[in-house]
Amino acid sequence: MRVPLSWLREYADLPPVTPRDVAEKLIGVGLEVERVQSVGHEVKNVVVGEVLEIEELAGVKKPMRYCRVEVGEHEARDIVCGATNFDVGARVPVALPGGILPGGFEIGVRKAYGRMSEGMICSARELGLGEDHTGILVLDGDPPIGADAVELLQLRDDVLDIDVLPDRGYCLSVRGLAREAATAYGVGFRDPASADLPAAEEGSYPASIADPTACDRFVLRAVSGFDPTRGTPLWMQRRLTLAGMRPVSLAVDITNYLMIELGQPIHAFDGSKLHGEIVVRRARPGERLETLDHVVRELDPDDILITDSSGPISMAGTMGGLSTEIDDASTDMVVEAAHFSAAGTARMSRRHRLSSEASYRFERGVDRELPLYASAKAVRLLAELGGATVLPGRTHAEVDTPRTTITIAADHPGRVAGTTYGRETVVRRLRDVGCEVDGGDTLTVTAPTWRPDLRDPNDLAEEVIRLEGYQKLPSVPPQAPAGGGLTPGQRLRRRVGQALAAAGYVEVLTPPFLSGQDWDRLHLPPDDARRRCLEVANPLSEDEPLLRTTLLPGMLRALLRNVGRGFPDVSLYEMGLVYLPLEGAPAPPRLPVDRGPTQEEIASVDAALPDQPHHVAVVLAGDRVPAGWWGKGREASWADAIESAREVARAAGVDLTVSADQRAPWHPGRCAALVMDGQVVGHAGELHPRVTQAYELPARTCAMELDPSRVEAATSGPAEPPRLSAYPVATLDVALMIADDVPAADVEDALRSGAGELLESIRLFDIYTGAQVGEGRRSIAYALRFRAPDRTLTAEETTAARDAAAAEAARRTGAVLRGG
Amino acid sequence: MSASKQSYDPVEVTPLHPEEVARMRDEALGAIAKAADLDELKHVRIAHAGDRSPLALANREIGALPPAARADAGKRVGAARAAIAEALRARETELEEERDRRALAEEAVDVTLPWDRAPRGARHPLTTLQERMADVFVAMGFEIAEGPEVEAEWFNFDALNFEPDHPARTMQDTLFVAGASGGEDSGVLLRTHTSPVQVRALLARPLPVYVVCPGKVFRSDEPDATHSPVFHQLEGLVVDEGITMAHLRGAIDAFIAGMFGEGLATRFRPSYFPFTEPSAEVDMQCFACRGASVEPGAPPCRACKSEGWIELGGCGVVNPWVLVSAGIDPERYSGWAFGLGVERTLMFRHGAEDMRDMFEGDIRFTLPFGMEV
Repeated sequence: MRVPLSWLREYADLPPVTPRDVAEKLIGVGLEVERVQSVGHEVKNVVVGEVLEIEELAGVKKPMRYCRVEVGEHEARDIVCGATNFDVGARVPVALPGGILPGGFEIGVRKAYGRMSEGMICSARELGLGEDHTGILVLDGDPPIGADAVELLQLRDDVLDIDVLPDRGYCLSVRGLAREAATAYGVGFRDPASADLPAAEEGSYPASIADPTACDRFVLRAVSGFDPTRGTPLWMQRRLTLAGMRPVSLAVDITNYLMIELGQPIHAFDGSKLHGEIVVRRARPGERLETLDHVVRELDPDDILITDSSGPISMAGTMGGLSTEIDDASTDMVVEAAHFSAAGTARMSRRHRLSSEASYRFERGVDRELPLYASAKAVRLLAELGGATVLPGRTHAEVDTPRTTITIAADHPGRVAGTTYGRETVVRRLRDVGCEVDGGDTLTVTAPTWRPDLRDPNDLAEEVIRLEGYQKLPSVPPQAPAGGGLTPGQRLRRRVGQALAAAGYVEVLTPPFLSGQDWDRLHLPPDDARRRCLEVANPLSEDEPLLRTTLLPGMLRALLRNVGRGFPDVSLYEMGLVYLPLEGAPAPPRLPVDRGPTQEEIASVDAALPDQPHHVAVVLAGDRVPAGWWGKGREASWADAIESAREVARAAGVDLTVSADQRAPWHPGRCAALVMDGQVVGHAGELHPRVTQAYELPARTCAMELDPSRVEAATSGPAEPPRLSAYPVATLDVALMIADDVPAADVEDALRSGAGELLESIRLFDIYTGAQVGEGRRSIAYALRFRAPDRTLTAEETTAARDAAAAEAARRTGAVLRGG
Repeated sequence: MSASKQSYDPVEVTPLHPEEVARMRDEALGAIAKAADLDELKHVRIAHAGDRSPLALANREIGALPPAARADAGKRVGAARAAIAEALRARETELEEERDRRALAEEAVDVTLPWDRAPRGARHPLTTLQERMADVFVAMGFEIAEGPEVEAEWFNFDALNFEPDHPARTMQDTLFVAGASGGEDSGVLLRTHTSPVQVRALLARPLPVYVVCPGKVFRSDEPDATHSPVFHQLEGLVVDEGITMAHLRGAIDAFIAGMFGEGLATRFRPSYFPFTEPSAEVDMQCFACRGASVEPGAPPCRACKSEGWIELGGCGVVNPWVLVSAGIDPERYSGWAFGLGVERTLMFRHGAEDMRDMFEGDIRFTLPFGMEV
């Protein structure tokens, strides 16, 4: 809402303070003044002149005049002018040399068409007074020659741009803002809505309300003999322009002007285009209406319409119909001002994606009393400015609507604020906002008709507290009971993030929106559960309507972006939710809000939501260790991806075992299932070459993804330290020949269980393949460390344990002891 | 036939003359000083301190002296040998140190060589900032409450006193999850704020409730420098007996002191949120310039754009209707809530200028933040 300060001052007796001061005061009472725009303050040296002589210049392609203009100086000025809409004797605004026009445009003496031009005769647009540039501005009513035109035309103003919050519909008007400003300064306020109403209630144009839920007040006034050639007065154009509206025509400008001044949307019909009684009702099936924007709209049975015997003629409080539009020949008008349902206009506006100045106001609540006054002011202006005759009478259809009264303890505002105001202050402040207040310790408060938002005791408390000043609120430190700190899951997620970052991964937060093509790029089989996902009904991008069931696509895009920006060696991690819809989930029930839901009701709502576990994932490509003066680098590999899962496991204090697996999007021969406490918690390895290709990733890009909540489930309480043996360690190596397809992890498991309790640790230290071990086989060597808690081990004991380990490996995996 | 019984003229035992002992000692000391390395010193040791050294031989002659002269000569020879042993020890230490110096100097390396073999990692500043902000409240005794990102419309709007057709609902540019029919009426959406966690916390926890709820939220905003369809909020909620706006202000003051330093003023402006009444926007005095940048001629301030104040977020007294929806008696309990944007905080606290940078995953953006902000 843009409001010129001069318009506010017309109705509020503001002291002579700066616009900035007014803005600060309004901010203090809760209006979001976005900015204060200063208008016309740069304009100077524009005076009233009288045209003394006109010489039509010959030999110029377009009409051009050389005028002698009396400007009240010792000598008249000669000025070249391209307009022809004036005669000798006209009073016109003249920008003198050294003068400045809006936008900082400087006027000087210059040569034009072979003549010296000492200034400029201005059009309305050149003065910032509207759109008119068809000719120069001829001033009405003989203003004195040499008078300051800046003063005369009120070229200087300040416009407050205010973001009006949805509960303050009444501030979408000069009326509301002037009232707030007057209260903030504690000065007088004149209500612009006061107007003389016709005494009699006899009808002017027949109308009725058929649906009382759609409209509770409908007022019509009529005029005839309007002169459609009359233009909108400059002052009105000026105010409309400053308020951000384009002047259109006198009749339309009057309705817009009153809407901004009062907050009441007004619609004028061409009376000659109406047929029969006007009825306010909901739409009927199949009805349509061509609105003023030339769109034919299919109407919904919930739409609120103004109709006559021809059918719909207007979408109530939203946009008028084309068939009854005022045109440049209209002389008879029926002016409508009504109070439509806020929810009804909101739904209609949303349904048709049609937001207008009118619907914007109705949605936010319009004063139910205004239609009577606004319509009276409208016909008066049509008469005064447009030469129309106001027809007697007024149509007033109404649905009885009781006013809201609120009962509130006089000390309630103080108890909400944490301070004491006293009954007198509370009553005075409530009266400031327009409430009627009765009672003693308990107040009965009737909210003013322009404040439909005031319904509850806390609404009234806010009014008192804001007018007394939020700045006066005391500050009391919180005294929370002792808390339990972070949950184990929250602590684990932090540790995992720290561990991965310490291991060289950079965290990313990628958007969760995916494309259906991602499933194919990932080479997910048709029945893969990850393809079953949620879809956004109104996605930002039509290409990416799906919600992620895996973190990888977004991360691969981030990886690719880094590579594209010149960083080929990238290791990224992300932690975030994925959304896994439950099969056959019902729509959630709409629970009531006037009581708390039962456990069953909460469960029924939650049953409609997807499972939303945290996932943690890494992607990496390029060199994991770069080449340098120390020697060769090392490419990121499947092993790094698995190692990242070990980082997670270590952060969680859980043992991770891996086994070979085949799962998209990983390379079928380089994919590990990550197992914790017997549960598969995720996968890691190198991506399938075709996935790499589909995303245009660097060759051998690797990835890991797991569910840390399952990791958390695998954690096993507090750790206990081992008893530390002071006896010496005995080390023996064992080299085994195994078939290529036997996983090393199985061999290690077998060795571990065969070696028995004396085994302290085991470590794979070498793998050998080649002619000596033969085709399809490999030799793997382990270092075994033995130690007893109570004695020094003998060579015989150690060897026996080593041999038992090898025997178990042979039994389980077919391993053959080399050199044994 | 013992030698001691032989009668010698003492003058005959030349090596034991004081002058002779001194000479032998000085000769030894000279040789020690002249030894250039440990090898030479070894030879000097054998020559002057060995079993066959002149002083060792002289020592053997002591027995030949008359008993009255023995003690004197013994003392003389002993002192000379001790002086030589001491000189040998000192010279040896000296030569060893010299040898070590030489050897270690040969092993010197250029310690300024880069060793950037291990890749550098970092946590995202939005993650660490969110943790840091939450921890200020955790230190006050609050707990961290979490909730789903795909949320029921009832939790996101209805229970928070958003009326079905109120413009406040449409202001939030909601992304709806498509229902079976594909429409926006499924009753399921991507949460537009962290406030539904308020309701979940009130339903799940015993009173009183003191929680913060950090998390991701979603709006159908086209990404630009100050908008992102995915962003993060931190919500605080207290519901207890006798809670007032003064407690709200105290909590926010405590948060600002914990996060930005002591002594910063706050400014409350009336505002509107359906789930709080009264509602306020809260500004804090700029932590960087403390308001100095608004003075004419003062250097500009990047944190507050030279406005002196920084918009922190929205807050207010929990609307009693929210308590009713959560099954709490609003006559007995009251509360406060606040919410602030983590991205915005990162922007003004760290001078991040474009929100899009936070979500592209460019490692150059994240690396400088390291492990904590």
